[in-house]
Amino acid sequence: MMLSVAVKKRRGSFSLDALFELPTPGVVALFGRSGCGKSTLVNVIAGLLDADAGRVALDDMVLLDSERRLCVPPERRRIGYVFQDARLFPHLSVASNLKFGEARAPAQHYVTLDTVAGLLDLGSLMNRRTHQLSGGERQRVAIGRALLSQPNLLLLDEPLASIDAARRGELLPYLETLRDQLNIPMVYVSHDFDEVLRLATYIVLMESGKTIAQGGVAEMSLNKELRLIIGADAVGAIVDGTVLGTDPSSGLTRVKVGHGELKVHTAKPALGTKLRVQLLARDLIVATQPPRNLSVRNILAGVITAVTSDDADSDLIAIDIGATLIMARVTKAATRELGLAAGLPAWALVKAVSLRSHSFAAPPAISISPPGA
Amino acid sequence: MTWLNPGESEALSLSLSVAARSVILSLPLALLLAWLLTRRRFPGRTLLDAFVHLPLVLPPVMVGYLLLLLFGSRGPIGSWLERAFGVELIFTRNGAALATAIMSFPLMVRAMRISLENVDRGLEEAARTLGAGAIDRFATVTLPLMLPGVLAGAITAFSASLGEFGAVITFVSNIPGETRTLPLALYSALQTPDGDTAAARLACISFVLGLSGLLLSEWFARRVRRMLGR
Repeated sequence: MMLSVAVKKRRGSFSLDALFELPTPGVVALFGRSGCGKSTLVNVIAGLLDADAGRVALDDMVLLDSERRLCVPPERRRIGYVFQDARLFPHLSVASNLKFGEARAPAQHYVTLDTVAGLLDLGSLMNRRTHQLSGGERQRVAIGRALLSQPNLLLLDEPLASIDAARRGELLPYLETLRDQLNIPMVYVSHDFDEVLRLATYIVLMESGKTIAQGGVAEMSLNKELRLIIGADAVGAIVDGTVLGTDPSSGLTRVKVGHGELKVHTAKPALGTKLRVQLLARDLIVATQPPRNLSVRNILAGVITAVTSDDADSDLIAIDIGATLIMARVTKAATRELGLAAGLPAWALVKAVSLRSHSFAAPPAISISPPGA
Repeated sequence: MTWLNPGESEALSLSLSVAARSVILSLPLALLLAWLLTRRRFPGRTLLDAFVHLPLVLPPVMVGYLLLLLFGSRGPIGSWLERAFGVELIFTRNGAALATAIMSFPLMVRAMRISLENVDRGLEEAARTLGAGAIDRFATVTLPLMLPGVLAGAITAFSASLGEFGAVITFVSNIPGETRTLPLALYSALQTPDGDTAAARLACISFVLGLSGLLLSEWFARRVRRMLGR
């Protein structure tokens, strides 16, 4: 199962040149600075914008193929689109908005109104008019409306951008629920790396209209191009660990990462669930001998795989901790004095407070897939 | 309507009937033209736009005269209509409706265009991604959203039709019970010796009618705005 996109489009001085192919289902995050062409690309995928040339296909369903002069119009692409500004119909109630796409979907429905109302807590909003909704509620209705159109692919164009910062945190768990409980492939556009960190399974990096890198989140978290966009201080390996249980003495959650183990603060995740952890490169300390007599609780043993120059003063040290790479930023002076080099054993120290973790892929209570997925 | 004499009530009901026919006749065509002029780019668009607005700047008598030439019993369209459908326009209330429709057409198109320009294209795109084809989109999203303009246009055109004089009297003459609408009756009363009282009464009727139209239009607009949550 693949989503493959290869499109070119010129608009005045701006030119879009996008190329990526990623497995589905999963959340593909289109990530890049504002104005880099993410929304243009999403509009081309939806069919709302014509591409000059290219191909868009979801598995064997070809939506656009300029060589074969094939272009399925948006109303027949079966792609759900959640717009930045929700775009609810003001002349219809919430319930009628939700049913708009459902009524026009092909006979075989795999998402029902009850399911959507449950997943997105829409029950109490049904009889309201759209102008009586808050920003977050509007987006939840917009997501529900798109899902009820029984899409094969869901596009979300910065759905949190028009919501005030305080409310964003309320909407994110709903998006996580959708990712974990529906097997619908999603393309999530964002310029906020925290959202990507929480939601994405794959990342496509965009810069000035071009896709510059793509891959799984763990792999992309170490990508050099990402650093150019989010800045050196936000760079760090993202690792999906497995919950081993709770440490009785400290109450912290034990997470298996590579061959090692981390203890993190998190709200009681169930045994065996996935927990996504980001280890910021600037927060890692590297030792060349097993450290002793330290207050740091989290120590990961591994082997250095590469030393690369980060900027004039620092190096990035990549450490393999057991089929998992993490990255530490140290000064060039430290690299020299410790003799850090590929192939040497190393220990990475990380303070529990510097971990950022999010639960990821809870075992689905219900699992809903598009037919043929 | 006991407080109106037979002649007055005849002129009043004829005026309402002519105005209603005129609005029904021009509404679909005005909608089509408003849509074409707002949403489509095609050669001759500016010319078509000017043509739609012509009745605003031409003398009404001249419009009536043109109608006589085209739709009269010996005119190219008039003779064809009579042969093909047995429809006679000259000296009939349907002819009066045609004349008022043409005169009020620009007002109707204008109101619709303004409301169509204010319809958020993004909502139509949203409807599109939800599976709605072109006609479906227009009927379920665009038209309901431009409803305030359609209603305002219809009511303005209706009110203007009630008052149309020059084009009507030139094209279909001034026949009591068939084409003598309120303004024509008022004119006739003024031409009659001792017609002052009759003229004043007709003027009052026209005044009340016009004012009710405007108030009704405002009330409608407010209701629709509240429905759309603005």
